[in-house]
Amino acid sequence: MIHLSRWKVVLLVLSLLFGLLFSYPNVLSAAQRSALPSWLPNSGLNLGLDLQGGSYLLLEVDVPAMREKRLSNLGEDARTVLGEARVGVLSLSRESSGVVVTLADPSQMDLGLQSMRGLINTNSATPDRTVQRQGTDRIRYAYTDQAMASMGSDAVTQSIEVVRRRIDNLGTREPSITRQGTERIVVQAPGESDPAQLERVIGQTAQLTFQMVDVENSVQEAMAGAIPPDAELIPGAPDSGQAFYLVKRRVLVSGENLTKAEVTSDQNNQTAIGFRFDGAGARRFGEATAANIGRPFAIILDGQVISAPTIISAITGGSGQITGNYTIQQASEMVNLLNGGALPAPLNVEERRTVTAELGADAVAAGMLSTMIGFAIIVVFIFLAYGFLFGGISVFGLLLNGLLIIAAMSMTGATLTLPGIAGLILTFAVAVDANVLIYERMRDEARAGRSVIASLDAGFNKAMGTIVDANLTTLVAALIMFIFGAGPVRGFAWTLTIGVFTSMLSAVLVAQVGLAFWLKFAKPKKLPIAE
Amino acid sequence: MRGWPLIKVLPVKTNLKFVSFAKYAAIMSAVLVIASLVGVFKPGLNMGIDFRGGAVMELTKPDGQILDLEQVRSAVDGLGLGDVQVQGIDNDASAIVKFQVPDDQPQAQVVAQVQTAVTAAVGEVTYSGVSVVGSKVSGELFASGLLALGAAVVLMFAYIWFRFEPQFGFGAVAGLLHDVILTFGLIVVMRLEFSLNMVAAILTVIGYSMNDTVVVFDRLRENLRKYKTMPLAEVIDLSINETLTRTIITGLTAVMVLAALAVYGGPALFGFSIALMFGIIIGTYSSIYVGAPIILLWGVNRSGAAEEAKPIKLGMASRP
Repeated sequence: MIHLSRWKVVLLVLSLLFGLLFSYPNVLSAAQRSALPSWLPNSGLNLGLDLQGGSYLLLEVDVPAMREKRLSNLGEDARTVLGEARVGVLSLSRESSGVVVTLADPSQMDLGLQSMRGLINTNSATPDRTVQRQGTDRIRYAYTDQAMASMGSDAVTQSIEVVRRRIDNLGTREPSITRQGTERIVVQAPGESDPAQLERVIGQTAQLTFQMVDVENSVQEAMAGAIPPDAELIPGAPDSGQAFYLVKRRVLVSGENLTKAEVTSDQNNQTAIGFRFDGAGARRFGEATAANIGRPFAIILDGQVISAPTIISAITGGSGQITGNYTIQQASEMVNLLNGGALPAPLNVEERRTVTAELGADAVAAGMLSTMIGFAIIVVFIFLAYGFLFGGISVFGLLLNGLLIIAAMSMTGATLTLPGIAGLILTFAVAVDANVLIYERMRDEARAGRSVIASLDAGFNKAMGTIVDANLTTLVAALIMFIFGAGPVRGFAWTLTIGVFTSMLSAVLVAQVGLAFWLKFAKPKKLPIAE
Repeated sequence: MRGWPLIKVLPVKTNLKFVSFAKYAAIMSAVLVIASLVGVFKPGLNMGIDFRGGAVMELTKPDGQILDLEQVRSAVDGLGLGDVQVQGIDNDASAIVKFQVPDDQPQAQVVAQVQTAVTAAVGEVTYSGVSVVGSKVSGELFASGLLALGAAVVLMFAYIWFRFEPQFGFGAVAGLLHDVILTFGLIVVMRLEFSLNMVAAILTVIGYSMNDTVVVFDRLRENLRKYKTMPLAEVIDLSINETLTRTIITGLTAVMVLAALAVYGGPALFGFSIALMFGIIIGTYSSIYVGAPIILLWGVNRSGAAEEAKPIKLGMASRP
């Protein structure tokens, strides 16, 4: 009904207040914003990376590679413990979740089972691996079904933690690190960050191991193909002295046992990396070095031998140094990596996007300019088409609409992207449509000979169904973009969605209240938009 | 101030015989749809890196010097990365370079190689934006883009079927497909880059096309109830004429605003706004000449429609 209903006026005033309150922080500087009392809204529009500049990295956790590595480690572990217990192994075969060892002598079954069970972490209530006897001469050592199933997902969760620690150490401003799908991680770092450094820091697995160098066999023979079953060929880092090293497969201590790494200098005043092991690591390293005095061991980082020092005396204190011609920058990056922990699996960069802050600022300027020009065009056109009264009501509705969109986006922390700005402009055009539909209906009714009040009334009533139908279709399109779209497209969809609601509210409500006021005070005899 | 506001100048009651031109419009539409479909396959879409993978970077020579685009091109070509595109912007002070990244090489390494080669050829330049999309991700983005377009068409069909009658649904979807296909045709003809943003533009065209169709259909349904004995063709003409002012005003507003966006929105939004603008014009045309004539061809169950006093009713009951 077209009378001045109190709740509509109240609703209009409330939405105006809401709009002002929540869009107000956008005109403040960051310092002023943080000085606001906490009960006041203080978040401004969240600009997308395309508008404020920054880096976007889509990483995929290489779960198959990690699975492969873990299964191969099972085999190594089995060989090592059986060797130590002097149990003969006839063959070792791989299966989907573990390995099956065939013993040379079935009478050693009990001894074999016992030593292999020692591999399982008994502290855990639900161990991730099992050792089972199969027939008379075979032992199966495998991950449980549950452990296999959660391996990928756990690796991604762990990777996110590691990546977060590493990026935090870089001092990047407000990085966002999120999981996407099952095996992917999205890293977004706004502002002027160095994407190459970001990628270097994230891209390294930082898997550190200490392994004995195989001195009984020669590297040359191994390179010719005669690699002993318990050893492997590993390339040396450029400064390590040798192109390849033949290294025992058994890992003495790994980066998991590291408690702290730091940049130090060695006795020659060269930059070095100091490290400290935890209790278990220190004990194992102490035992190993005590048993191998005079022999070299290899320090291996991400598949490269960094150095292979000879053990002069047993190292029981649990701390040591890695030397190798580092610059301070390299050493501190590596310390960051070691302290952040190793990635459980390699991360592959699948997609990277970088926008500098200047390019972002250009996009904001272009977006602002075209929004303002677009808005001006609409205002002029609406005034021309419907005159100052009806046109003015529409324009006021549009202003309220713009205010509400900014307020809603600031409040929900939605991200405004460049296509989002386009969505905003388009929303204005669609908002005008609601007014046009209402006004056209009113003209129709007035021409059919109805009174002013009756035509206004019928205009709202009859146009409403069409407006709802028309806006619902836009909403469906936006919903689809939100479900299937990525990045900037989602920003567009979100702006469009907010715009549908605010434009329906502002266009219809403002017109109803405005025309009711006009009706009450001007007491018109005819509609100015009809003859 | 005679003749102002403008709305008084527009004819109160137009009586254009839209339906009588339907035959010619249908032929024209069919030809354009076929041409667009052919165009999509050959010469084909100009795929952006979002959908075919590869790298794009924007580089600028400092202090407003002019970039020698040919030197940039030959420097990148020399690396054998296949299909290199170099495009000057801002009067050739900056350029956009696109190239492919082989799957077996790390993205960062290839980008660094290209940057070294470019610097060697034209001197120091600054890179304001670098994007690389791997082939795996681009394939997925392409699939999800197509899926989104398909889902939009299906959902719109379901919506119209639910709110109107089946033949209205078919009319609307035919109009929708017509608009989407012709927009693709424009993208091919203008060599616009088909990217994620373009999918958003097409989805918006779908939303707008439906919006426009719904307004005409709403009036058509109303008039079918109001004038039960009037021939269908006349009811259709009447409904289109009655909604014509609205169609023109809303369409003009949207097109003008998008034109401002195309001119002032910068290179990133140009293709996007052009496609939207075209789609909106086509969407307006199709609600008149594709959607409505299909209803005319199919016919409407008038007696069933008469009983449908409430607009919200499942149309399936009245399927002829």
